[in-house]
Amino acid sequence: MATILQYLVYGLQLGSVYALLALGYTMVYGIVGMINTAHGDFLMIGALGTYFIAKLFDSMSIDGTYPMLAVGCIILIATVMTGGIAVGVEAIAYRPLRNKPRMIALITAVGVSMFLTNFPRALPFIGPNPRPFPTLFTPKTFNVLGASITSTQIIMIVLAAVTMLALDRLVAKTKIGAQMRAVSMDKDAASLMGINIDKVISITFFIGGALAAVSGICYASVYPQVEVYMGSWLGNMSFVSAVLGGIGDIRGAMLGGFILGIAQIFATAINSTFGYAVGFIILIVILLVKPAGIMGKVTIEKV
Amino acid sequence: MKTTNAKTMHPLLRKFGPLLGCIVFYVVIMLLRKADIINGYYMQVMLFAGVNVLMTASLNLVNGFTGQFCIGHAGFMSLGAYGAAVITTMVFKSNSIPEAAQIPVFLLGLLCGGIVAAIVGALIGIPSLKLKGDYLAIVTLAFGEIVRALLRLIQPIGGARGMIGIPNYANFFWIMLFVVLTLWLLRNLIYSSYGRAFIAIRDNEIAADAMGINTTKYKIMSFCIAAFIAGVAGGLYAHVLSFIQPDSFGFVKSADYLVYLYAGGSGSLTGSVVGAVLLTILPEVLRFLATWRLVLYAIILIAVMLYRSEGLIGGKEVPFLRIKRSSLYEQPLFGRKKNGLSEE
Amino acid sequence: MKKILRILCLALCVIMAVSVCACGPSEKKGSVETIKIGLAFPMSGMAAMAGKYSTHGADVLKEELGGKITVGDKEYPIEFVVMDTEGSEEKTANVYQKLIEEEKVIAIAGPDSSKCMLAAAPIAQNAKCPAITSFGTNTAVTEVGDYIFRACFIDPFQGAVAAAYCDGQGHKTACIMFNNADAYSVGLKDAFVENYNGEVLAIEEYSGSDVKDYNVQLTKLAAQNPDVLLLPNLNVELGLQIQQARTAGLNCQIVCGDSADTPDVAKVAGPAIEGVAYVSAFSAESTDEAAKKFVDAYVELHPDELPNSNAELTYEAVKMIVWAIQNAKTLDRAGVRDALAAIDGLDLPSGKMTMDPETRNPIKGGIIMQYDADGITRYVSTVNP
Repeated sequence: MATILQYLVYGLQLGSVYALLALGYTMVYGIVGMINTAHGDFLMIGALGTYFIAKLFDSMSIDGTYPMLAVGCIILIATVMTGGIAVGVEAIAYRPLRNKPRMIALITAVGVSMFLTNFPRALPFIGPNPRPFPTLFTPKTFNVLGASITSTQIIMIVLAAVTMLALDRLVAKTKIGAQMRAVSMDKDAASLMGINIDKVISITFFIGGALAAVSGICYASVYPQVEVYMGSWLGNMSFVSAVLGGIGDIRGAMLGGFILGIAQIFATAINSTFGYAVGFIILIVILLVKPAGIMGKVTIEKV
Repeated sequence: MKTTNAKTMHPLLRKFGPLLGCIVFYVVIMLLRKADIINGYYMQVMLFAGVNVLMTASLNLVNGFTGQFCIGHAGFMSLGAYGAAVITTMVFKSNSIPEAAQIPVFLLGLLCGGIVAAIVGALIGIPSLKLKGDYLAIVTLAFGEIVRALLRLIQPIGGARGMIGIPNYANFFWIMLFVVLTLWLLRNLIYSSYGRAFIAIRDNEIAADAMGINTTKYKIMSFCIAAFIAGVAGGLYAHVLSFIQPDSFGFVKSADYLVYLYAGGSGSLTGSVVGAVLLTILPEVLRFLATWRLVLYAIILIAVMLYRSEGLIGGKEVPFLRIKRSSLYEQPLFGRKKNGLSEE
Repeated sequence: MKKILRILCLALCVIMAVSVCACGPSEKKGSVETIKIGLAFPMSGMAAMAGKYSTHGADVLKEELGGKITVGDKEYPIEFVVMDTEGSEEKTANVYQKLIEEEKVIAIAGPDSSKCMLAAAPIAQNAKCPAITSFGTNTAVTEVGDYIFRACFIDPFQGAVAAAYCDGQGHKTACIMFNNADAYSVGLKDAFVENYNGEVLAIEEYSGSDVKDYNVQLTKLAAQNPDVLLLPNLNVELGLQIQQARTAGLNCQIVCGDSADTPDVAKVAGPAIEGVAYVSAFSAESTDEAAKKFVDAYVELHPDELPNSNAELTYEAVKMIVWAIQNAKTLDRAGVRDALAAIDGLDLPSGKMTMDPETRNPIKGGIIMQYDADGITRYVSTVNP
């Protein structure tokens, strides 16, 4: 029982990383309608950025731990920076393609992803070496029914849920949310209604980038190694999570992330040889039962 | 854009011109090779370019012509590569068979590789009946990963260590032959009633269904044929490189083919050829940049997509890949609605 | 539209013509021929770190030679041609072709992984160009033909060294966690299991370097309470694994392969690195003259880092080639091959090295190194199974 609970904790830990990243992914998809394959690389930029910003704050650290204020500053700067980069990427690479078929934007995103990983890799002072992530939070370990859970894990899981709720409310209740929904439904009509589409999409990308940075910081806090290639696989997994939950659906993204994380962990726990493959088989089975994702609604198409 | 110069061509020339062109191209290349003007390096890049053309053209059938969204194409390639390599390397021990039997064994290997891939392709086609767009994409991605994970675990074919000692059968002749054959076959297929059915499904599945097209049958058929070609391409790849291992057929490779396809122009066989050839050569040309090579490659790719977003060829076809009804290609991707997204 | 097509066709023709011209009769040799050595390493892709260390290792020798090499009593300019393999077999094969056919190198060092070398080795063998893999530990690599050499251990030897060390330490029970997607990892695990006299309690697996969560596997292994944990994995994975193993409650001895000889592993693992032992051929604190010289020269060139096993093995591989060029009977590829096969007692950082002319594997002793609390490696013992 304790072991199963422990595995569940690991599954939630992995799942919350997927979920946080998938939230940004699904939001960009829902509003702009593009598969941003470079989303995982925003995570990398966030985590790597945090590493370098933390270096700047080195003088404030005591025994490798930073005061709360410094941690807040570091996270804020890294998040805003990544959000800014996401907005820049959108303006340069995606905006001209907005009215083109989405596959075109997808291929451009592959190019952007290649650029975002290879550019820092080629820079001499960053390079391909993995780096230890600074300890931003000193984890406290709790014992619950024989399973150990750290404060970082709790923060991550709660953060994923809170972010999901906040985003959901943002889209459903606020003015900007209404604009987002309008843009998502029909760009031209939204534009005629006086909505500044560029602004709305920039904000969407900013939120997406910032969320990716936050998930990067969370990820690196529990798997404390940052390198330029860390994002690509996580990006794929978050895409899988977002689709599993029903792409474009914010609640679905979080659910999909947790389900994928838990499925992978339990598949590995049952048999680590086949765990990797079984994780994907579960995915296929779920999609065959729910062809539009877990939360997705089957849309009726009219001809 | 009317095919004026095709019409003025002599009918015989029009019919056999492309074939003649291919033969001349082959002879010229072989002569240059003999004279050592084209060295082994250029030959090898051309071989890989040929394999990539096969892969891209077959992916084009699924993504470009049938309008499905497959992002695990390298999975079919790995099945074909292993299928063919098992036949030539393990069933018929390559070094112990007489010279004369090598070619039949090689062809048998390719056939088996293709069939294995095609069977699995049909299996993957089945979810495509229920799933659409990104949901299908995820299933194909998952399929690619499952194949890769399972191949790693099968010890008789080397497991993660890979398969070594595959005979180096696939020379320029075979690659060229298969590229020409495949393009010819795909062209004829696309202009046949089957091809019109594929394109109808791409443009609007419900309307196609309403018009009495058995969408189930055609979607599975599309996957099946594409998988077969990808399997053969994988078999050729194995016999060019003479070493295969599961991890070389990962998502990165599938993404490469997607890039070749859309950068060249989806819905156009010419586009597949141009995209695959140019983008195979480009990283090699950029070698002088050392560590900055892939950075520039990425920039070039983004620039191409921004300035020629319909792909380099953009839905056009060269005359011999186009029969009469060029209008089929006029608007391959534009002006259709997808998944209820608001797009023009 | 037709115009665009035409322009495109024209552009294609130009590109082809240029490329054909470029590869055509390459510049004929001047009065003194430059000797070129090819270096094929992954500068990009997941294995880029190995490539970085490798090329830095080669830089040391480049600096040492100062751009020229003396063969007999004649001085030749020497050039290192570095090319990026991306860690992919296909690209490695292209690089090998380019180095052999176009750059006309006399010999090639690299790539570092067995899988890339297995794809490239037949090309070098057919072209009769000697090639030394720096880190291709799979036995099959040098079996491709008589032009293929290696600078590192083979998997069975390294596994046997690790097993002998564990036996020697009196470890009765062992657990293993390995990467079932990687040949190096699988090879080491197999060799260890074969040679270990104690009992292997459990083996757990994971697939590929992408997945960074080893918690489940390590928790299961911790329940077995073994005397020793073998982690025969890649250096980009090891740091996290060691850390997670300690967190999961595996407080036993951890033994790794020679990939653990990377400063970044210690950096990532942090305090958890203390006591981790690994098999190596080379010790940075060795008092041996050649080793000291290498480490000093390396740190001088790259002040921010210490050499790792990739750097050291590449240095050795290139050094062997240079020695072979200087001692070849004829200054061509065949001559260099014969000289490489005849290496006997060459002074290298890892000690005196002799090449086995039959298997073309170096005959080296295995040593066990251990990280101390500060992440500094310390010599423990020499093991000869």
